[in-house]
Amino acid sequence: MNIHANPPRTAAEEALVAHADQRVAAEPVAGPLAGRLGELRRAARDAFAANGLPHRRVEEWKYTDLRALLRTAAPAPAPVSTADVAAAGAEAVAFPDVRRILFVNGQLVASASDLSAEAGLSILPLSEALASGQGAIEKLNTLAPQKYDGVLALNTAFLDEGLVIRVDAGAHIARPVHIAHVVTGTEASATYTRLLVDVGAGAKATFVESFQGTEGVAYQTNDAVELFVGDGAHLDYVRVQEESLSALHLATMMVEIGHETKLHTFTLTTGAKASRVSLYGRFSGTHSHAGLRGATLLKGGQHADMTLLLDHAVSNCESRELFKTVLADESRGVFQGKIVVRQDAQKTDGRMMSQALLLGDEAEMDNKPELEIFADDVQCGHGATAGSLDEDLLFYLKARGIPAKEAEALLIQAFVGEAIEFVENDGLRDALIDRAEGWLKKRVA
Amino acid sequence: MALLEIRNLHAQIEDNQILRGLDLTVNPGEVHAIMGPNGSGKSTLSYVLAGKPDYEVTEGEALLDGQDLLDMDPDARAAAGVFLAFQYPIEIPGVATMTFLRTAINAQRKTRGEAELSTPDFLRLVKEKAGELGITQDMLRRGVNVGFSGGEKKRNEILQMALLQPKLCILDETDSGLDIDALKVVSDGVNALRSPERGMVVITHYQRLLNHIVPDVVHVMHKGRIVRTGGKELALELEASGYAAYGQDAA
Repeated sequence: MNIHANPPRTAAEEALVAHADQRVAAEPVAGPLAGRLGELRRAARDAFAANGLPHRRVEEWKYTDLRALLRTAAPAPAPVSTADVAAAGAEAVAFPDVRRILFVNGQLVASASDLSAEAGLSILPLSEALASGQGAIEKLNTLAPQKYDGVLALNTAFLDEGLVIRVDAGAHIARPVHIAHVVTGTEASATYTRLLVDVGAGAKATFVESFQGTEGVAYQTNDAVELFVGDGAHLDYVRVQEESLSALHLATMMVEIGHETKLHTFTLTTGAKASRVSLYGRFSGTHSHAGLRGATLLKGGQHADMTLLLDHAVSNCESRELFKTVLADESRGVFQGKIVVRQDAQKTDGRMMSQALLLGDEAEMDNKPELEIFADDVQCGHGATAGSLDEDLLFYLKARGIPAKEAEALLIQAFVGEAIEFVENDGLRDALIDRAEGWLKKRVA
Repeated sequence: MALLEIRNLHAQIEDNQILRGLDLTVNPGEVHAIMGPNGSGKSTLSYVLAGKPDYEVTEGEALLDGQDLLDMDPDARAAAGVFLAFQYPIEIPGVATMTFLRTAINAQRKTRGEAELSTPDFLRLVKEKAGELGITQDMLRRGVNVGFSGGEKKRNEILQMALLQPKLCILDETDSGLDIDALKVVSDGVNALRSPERGMVVITHYQRLLNHIVPDVVHVMHKGRIVRTGGKELALELEASGYAAYGQDAA
């Protein structure tokens, strides 16, 4: 029971409700699912109007007070110009051998995206999927948690832009699909995007999303992802968050894991003034493996929060969580991980680890790992560490002639490398290592 | 000029005085053995010369080729030619041995104002030296010392020494934890590095190592000072009499 009455709405919340009202009223969508979409938006708008932005008295948001962080509701972005597209295309992370799809200011730019046909793969803009009612669109928002999530509510209330991707049963999509999000321009704006990926039985695919934007602009990103991993499927999902250091990045990842599947997710976070990833995972089929991992590198006054809730609803599944956080200067990292093992989920094997490296005297890490186990025959463990670089390791490297800064960089690289090495795709893994290295070089320079 | 000149060296760790006025002169081409009972300060001497931050020098000096060593950072000392083969080489997960070797070689070259080693030259050099020490390609691919046996770790130290070609090699109980075969491999590796320009300080508790690495000078260290100096026969004498004269049994 919520014993706290909600405080009066902030100006930002008032504005967000007003913006949502306009969205709900103004854009009737044609097609078989128009009614359903309208309902989703309205329900989300109402939930937000009643509950508002999450704040520090909401347990899941204790360390990341979004009500305090989001003081101004940024307006919708201006229409995208040709110049914006060119700039965004040049700025977007270049991964080797990928199919790239470009979103500029939260809007799909089909002309700058590779939407060509490929056997076993269907990629539809959200609006088209809604209009046709085809494909995986019927699954939209079905992974939303029961409990109110203010960030996802906003994403749903503003639902308009995004992609619906279906990988057919048995299809092996060799080339990763890269969805690049770039925010251009000098005016702060708020973008809402949604990705739905439905991987059919026995299929195999790799997706990578990247987020970047103009330095110095306090834009707001709210992105939600729904991943459905079918029976026997194998999905790799990588997320690279390199937003402007003035930006606010809010992400919701929702995953349903079928029977005998293999799922790997990885998030690399170096951007945004403040960011939050809420990851909801659920095993719905037995004998599956999920590896949820990430590396976060922060400096200055950056704040990054990784919060995950993994539901072992069925038996014989294995989960591995490994999150590495490097905190320079006075930056702050948050890891909250909760694994629920239900009564029927016997033979669950779950291991969760959060490790933080504090480089700055003023840096702070908040770790909150939790296990909630109702089954009696399980193997579960969690651990959390926070510390500085090992002096003995540093001395060993220096004693071989490696200068202090370079020795530190080697050890930090090794620290985050332990999580990155699980990314299966060689090109993506190397690119992630390069980007972490780039962060280290910039820090030293 | 002496290669290494230590005068009246005093050092402490956390208010614990370990070195109490140590003098030592090593000339180019010489191999000096330092023996002594446990706790006499042998390892401390090696750490102080390499620049381990936990140790504080309170008095005295140490010069390498007339240059003040104690004033330099550990990496500068290494670039100047000091190499410490650690008693307990540390594991560095996530840093591949090859990456580590290459970074170390090139960092030293850079500090000395030399060009970086090209990739083919580096690979050829590592292959040659690693082969002599029985270090496999698989070991080179792994994290530094990760999953290595005690003997493999010591061989890896000697590999680094062979690649970095230091002026002054300090071997801190390199024989500890080695079986007789491994001792032979390691000693051969060390002997291959003996040269008229290079000096060595071999720290050991036992005479055994000195059958393989034959010293020019043997010192006995006790309570933080050199208390006796002699030729290689001094080691044999100690083996027979033990350190009883210094307040401790040999074993």
